[in-house]
Amino acid sequence: MTATIQAATKRRRSPRGNTTRKKNSGGMDGPALRARSGWRVKQDLKGASLSLPFLLGFALFTLVPVAMALKESVFATKTSGLGFGKATSTFVGFDNFAEALADTSFWAGMFRVFIYAIIVVPLGQLVSLAMALVLDGVRRRVAARFRIVLLLPYMVPGLVATMVWIFLYSPVVGPLSDFLQVFGVQVNFFAGNTIWSSIGNLAIWGGIGFNMLIMYGSLQSIPHEIFEAARIDGAGELRIAMDIKVPFLRGSLVLTSLLAIIGTLQIFNEPLLFRAVTPETITKDFTPAMMIYNQAFQVGNINYATALSIVLGVVVGIVSTIIYRFTNRIES
Amino acid sequence: MTQASLRPAVSGTVPEGADTPHPARFPRKRRRNPNVQRSANEAVGVSRWVMLGILAFLAIYSAGPLWWLIVASTKSKEELYTTNGMWFGEFSLLDTLSDLFTYQDGIFARWLWNTVVYATLGSVGLTLVALAAGYAIAKYRYLGRGFTMGLIIGSFLIPGTLMIVPSFVLFTQMGIYDTIWAMILPGMFGSFSVYLAKVYAEGAVPSELMEAARIDGAGEYRIFFSLGLRLMTTAGATIFLLHFVASWNTFMWPLVFLKGADKWPVMLGLYSWLERGTDSQYDLTGLVITGSLVSTIPMIVLMIAMQRYWRSGVTMGSLK
Repeated sequence: MTATIQAATKRRRSPRGNTTRKKNSGGMDGPALRARSGWRVKQDLKGASLSLPFLLGFALFTLVPVAMALKESVFATKTSGLGFGKATSTFVGFDNFAEALADTSFWAGMFRVFIYAIIVVPLGQLVSLAMALVLDGVRRRVAARFRIVLLLPYMVPGLVATMVWIFLYSPVVGPLSDFLQVFGVQVNFFAGNTIWSSIGNLAIWGGIGFNMLIMYGSLQSIPHEIFEAARIDGAGELRIAMDIKVPFLRGSLVLTSLLAIIGTLQIFNEPLLFRAVTPETITKDFTPAMMIYNQAFQVGNINYATALSIVLGVVVGIVSTIIYRFTNRIES
Repeated sequence: MTQASLRPAVSGTVPEGADTPHPARFPRKRRRNPNVQRSANEAVGVSRWVMLGILAFLAIYSAGPLWWLIVASTKSKEELYTTNGMWFGEFSLLDTLSDLFTYQDGIFARWLWNTVVYATLGSVGLTLVALAAGYAIAKYRYLGRGFTMGLIIGSFLIPGTLMIVPSFVLFTQMGIYDTIWAMILPGMFGSFSVYLAKVYAEGAVPSELMEAARIDGAGEYRIFFSLGLRLMTTAGATIFLLHFVASWNTFMWPLVFLKGADKWPVMLGLYSWLERGTDSQYDLTGLVITGSLVSTIPMIVLMIAMQRYWRSGVTMGSLK
């Protein structure tokens, strides 16, 4: 069985192999060539089989779940009797999606993360940009020394970072409240109107190292002759930074912003941890991802949770496309 | 982004050692480079001090929270609430550590061990699978190669949140829900790692060398295992490190897929302690703080020691 398939594939593949090989074998043809190209095909197939483990795993753990998501989202589970009977799955078409589109708490969460993203992501980019520019402006040895310190937040696991900031914000164990008290400022970092700033600061802290690294890397690749020429023309350091370095970084900025926004729309860990200390501010539906988690694993409504996931996925996709289009237009 | 634009990036990221050329081999370059750097790129006068000031401020912002974590870890439970947060009180790190490792029959050590197991097994598996697949896509011509590449690039667009719920359904059906396989297996087939391996293999494995091995009578598998794998060591280390760090930090996945506390990785364990807070008769704040520090140190040590690998990974990631 396998032999026939292989033979069939061989036969199908050989014409293409012939045409490509004819060029460099210079007119050699006949049985000799056919034998040789059959050999090639066998080689290529053997080589291709090295990608089989990945393909099988990828199909099982990525393609199957995506297909299942599409399937689950058009069904609904109904329990018969008083909730003790056997659960039955019934096809409901796009009902779940209709419900999702009309779900105010889902869209409230989406609105929350959206506003948060368009404030925090540019702010984080600005800080990283400043960091990269300053690091690029000092002596190399100084830069090397500071760089490792500035990268420390990147090396801290995201969950630990969140916990550390929760403790820093805490009025009981954290030093921040006491510190601000010195200036007569009283802040409750966990109140409804400040919680996003608190989470935003933590996100910026965790992200600047990574972004700075990419931007600093791009800055290092600018040919130094440009700066020399600009200085001869009388440009100051600030002018050089704004007119040469920043435009040069546009590509990196677009990329890091895109990654940050995509990540931010799916924000889950940070608000969930904040919820552990301040459940009255952070509701269980605070962000779309939290709502999905809650629907699937607390409420137990897998079908609805899947529909919500797909809606979130589509929103993320649309936002990425818009940003990509928009920034491409600016560049051209 | 086309392949052509990616290729120079790889040659730029792979030989990181080029940062510090061998003095004996490139004496002239070494002498001249710092001077060029200094005159061309460095600010002078007042602006230099302004820049150093900004840098110092950013350094405090970056390192401050870690400093607090270290200081707080050395304090006893009472002192956490009474002393200045940014400076040491009485040094009782050994007591807090012994509290950490004895609470609940030393479950914290168990969590650390689980994390190491999941991260190591998953990363070794992922690295082998990704190197083999990347090598196959880069070095062989076969039907379905373009399609595979399309799948890989396309899967970059699938948001992680979308995968959680259907994976839960799938794992329950497969019977690997709440087993360590739920932690190890799915992570082994990362498409980004394959992409990384493919781009690397294109630059690092010369087809002439493979041809020579064939003439010497080596089979394709033999060539991969004794030649390809060796030439791709750097890519392997990068893939391994990136995944190891990612699985050390992962949180949502075990939160959904592991029920029993004895199977949890350390991050999930710390979260459960934070969630319980001071509600129980035991104040867990000190344990969460010390546990956070203990679980972070291996990452910082690993990442500083293997800087060149994750930096090339980050630069590669930025090309995605």
